[in-house]
Amino acid sequence: MAAASCTLRSTPLPAAVGSPAARSLLAASTRPVRANQRCLVVKAQKRELMMWEALREGLDEEMERDPTVCLMGEDVGHYGGSYKVSHGLYKKYGDMRLLDTPICENGFMGMGVGAAMTGLRPIVEGMNMGFLLLAFNQISNNCGMLHYTSGGQFKVPMVIRGPGGVGRQLGAEHSQRLESYFQSIPGVQLVACSTAANSKALLKSAIRSDNPIIFFEHVLLYNVKGEVHGPDYCQCLERAELVREGTDVTIFCYSRMRYVVMQAVAELEKQGYNPEVVDLISLKPFDMETISKSIKKTRKAIIVEECMKTGGIGASLSAVIHESLFNELDHEVLRLSSQDVPTSYAYELEAATIVQPEKVVAAVHKVCGVRVAA
Amino acid sequence: MLAAVSSHAAGAARQALGGSLTLAAAGLQRRGLAASAVTVEGDTLTVEVNPYKVHRIEAPPTTVTATKDELMSYFKQLYRLRRMEISADMLYKAKAIRGFCHLYDGQEAVIVGLEAALEKSDSIITSYRNHATHVARGGTVAEVIGELMGRTTGASKGKGGSMHMYRREANFFGGQGIVGAQVPLGAGLALAHQYSDTGGVAVAMYGDGAANQGQIFESFNMAALWDLPCIFVCENNHYGMGTAEWRAAKSPAFYTRGDYMPGMKVDGMDVLAVRQAFAYAKKYAVANGPIVLEMDTYRYHGHSMSDPGSTYRTRDEISSIRQQRDPVEHVRKLLLDNGLVEASVIKGIEKDTKKEIDAAIEASKAAPFPDMKELWTNIYAAPLGMQLRGIDSTHVETLAA
Repeated sequence: MAAASCTLRSTPLPAAVGSPAARSLLAASTRPVRANQRCLVVKAQKRELMMWEALREGLDEEMERDPTVCLMGEDVGHYGGSYKVSHGLYKKYGDMRLLDTPICENGFMGMGVGAAMTGLRPIVEGMNMGFLLLAFNQISNNCGMLHYTSGGQFKVPMVIRGPGGVGRQLGAEHSQRLESYFQSIPGVQLVACSTAANSKALLKSAIRSDNPIIFFEHVLLYNVKGEVHGPDYCQCLERAELVREGTDVTIFCYSRMRYVVMQAVAELEKQGYNPEVVDLISLKPFDMETISKSIKKTRKAIIVEECMKTGGIGASLSAVIHESLFNELDHEVLRLSSQDVPTSYAYELEAATIVQPEKVVAAVHKVCGVRVAA
Repeated sequence: MLAAVSSHAAGAARQALGGSLTLAAAGLQRRGLAASAVTVEGDTLTVEVNPYKVHRIEAPPTTVTATKDELMSYFKQLYRLRRMEISADMLYKAKAIRGFCHLYDGQEAVIVGLEAALEKSDSIITSYRNHATHVARGGTVAEVIGELMGRTTGASKGKGGSMHMYRREANFFGGQGIVGAQVPLGAGLALAHQYSDTGGVAVAMYGDGAANQGQIFESFNMAALWDLPCIFVCENNHYGMGTAEWRAAKSPAFYTRGDYMPGMKVDGMDVLAVRQAFAYAKKYAVANGPIVLEMDTYRYHGHSMSDPGSTYRTRDEISSIRQQRDPVEHVRKLLLDNGLVEASVIKGIEKDTKKEIDAAIEASKAAPFPDMKELWTNIYAAPLGMQLRGIDSTHVETLAA
């Protein structure tokens, strides 16, 4: 399911950065936003890497390509990142470009926005996305809205990235799903990666984008292995991924829930079902083209999300589907979400908080009717 | 006279009737009109400004020279900014300006002194009290009035309003609605100067109210840790909306609040003292790292147009500052009392400035409001043909490709 050439909504590729670091980077903000270009698919160079290695490789490639790209956050430099995404990079790029910040999310998020306004391309890492609640004002008002309030004068080409989601008994405060809270902020894009391949390719696009991108990784996916593409491969930030083509029902998911769904699909295949699985990738904006095309085909939709039942990405998607594709549906949209509770430390309780494969199977039964395996 | 308010003074002030404060109790500085020793030689004036209070640094000399031309340009700008803010007051009362409107009259010497010392290649970011900053950075009065009246001719095309004026070509990064949130951005501007080795400084301005925000200390720490070329400026007008500095800050000696960072308290009503301080601070910041400047200044208006500004301070206090420390008056007197210009020249400038302001108002009144399609522009720097749904979800707006 290679995300090959993209249409009008592909991430634009800015002009290659050539001049040495001596040039005034303050002038860089006057560079015009490039017209849309197709994503480049170069040689099919594929190797297997773990997601953290894939992210690291993407980061390294983009930092080498563009001297205005820099990473800032807690323990990203000398420590190499708490999930090793920036492992060893400070030796190559120095302490300024792999900036170890003190523990002050509000402060260093604002600092990243200020730097981005001058023409730099900072990547600000939240060690856990949950910590970025402390930086909410900077993300909402400055990162998201400055382009608008300045009448278009300033852009904020930054990437805010980090792991979120429910891990293994990390406790309530370290198991949050910030995409629920960020989705209403105007002016930002929300992207969730899920495989080694798309994590690298999406991160590269996010870094090159002139829009502020909030890039969601997942605490439990950093060791997921997969083939990755070469240095010129960027993936569209606004395009969903077709994980499995099918006919019976469309199952929408993103991030770790993709694996939960595919686990359920393994069981469902045995039972004679043929579900279509769509990984949203773009949480804001939704890829309505892919979404509506799939629903028009299967006429049934299930959303599987890790967000809470109240106010999550799934809640928004469910509303959008009902409002714009009502006549295409044979059944109301089923939405599987986490319980509206703080995530417990205790193993069984934690497991009961989030969506498990059995629930996905049951949802398909409900929507498609129970079948007896042939 | 520039001493921080002692707890004794604060206690005495608390016992004062109904919250009314006297200047003495609040520790605000008094300076007589003719207190500065002035000598004139040809077209050059040599003045003694009020002494600086310092923290972890030597004070710059208090002897400042200025030429007639410099003083004339300061006067023009000070007077322009004053008239602009007064006209904004009238327009607000006439309901031509809505929402929040925070006026700068009284504080003009701070921005004029800053611009006299710094370059447009130095970056500046400030709070919502930013009308004067926009003009001082090379913007026009018409852009300010236009923005306040919500017209397309405004600094932000009418979409920002009073608190959101910016001028990218002059490295003026705004304008900020949330108290203190501009300071981490200012640290980012300084980081960018260091990253690109520009040799310039970033100035991050905030008020006495904002000075107690945690993110300011986060910014102090990072700037000092990495020796960023940042000048943090606390425009201390002594009131955070309705709360006097001694009721909000355990230590209202804001120039010392940077702890390990050097700091200086400056007579913010004297453009020459301010200019001297900024020149000194820039030199320091570029060579060594961040510094805090506290501007002892005053706002005549309330916090905003919704605040009469008289429930928490006395009218006597306001008028005595106006009589004794007005920044515009100070420069006018320097020019006239020392025979540098004829009174008719000053009158001419005042007349021309009033005409400029009136023309800006007329032009703004005639300027169009933003077209409805502007609702959907400038949301994303790269709109990519994204689709946003309207109020009733049936409307779909496709952003430009």
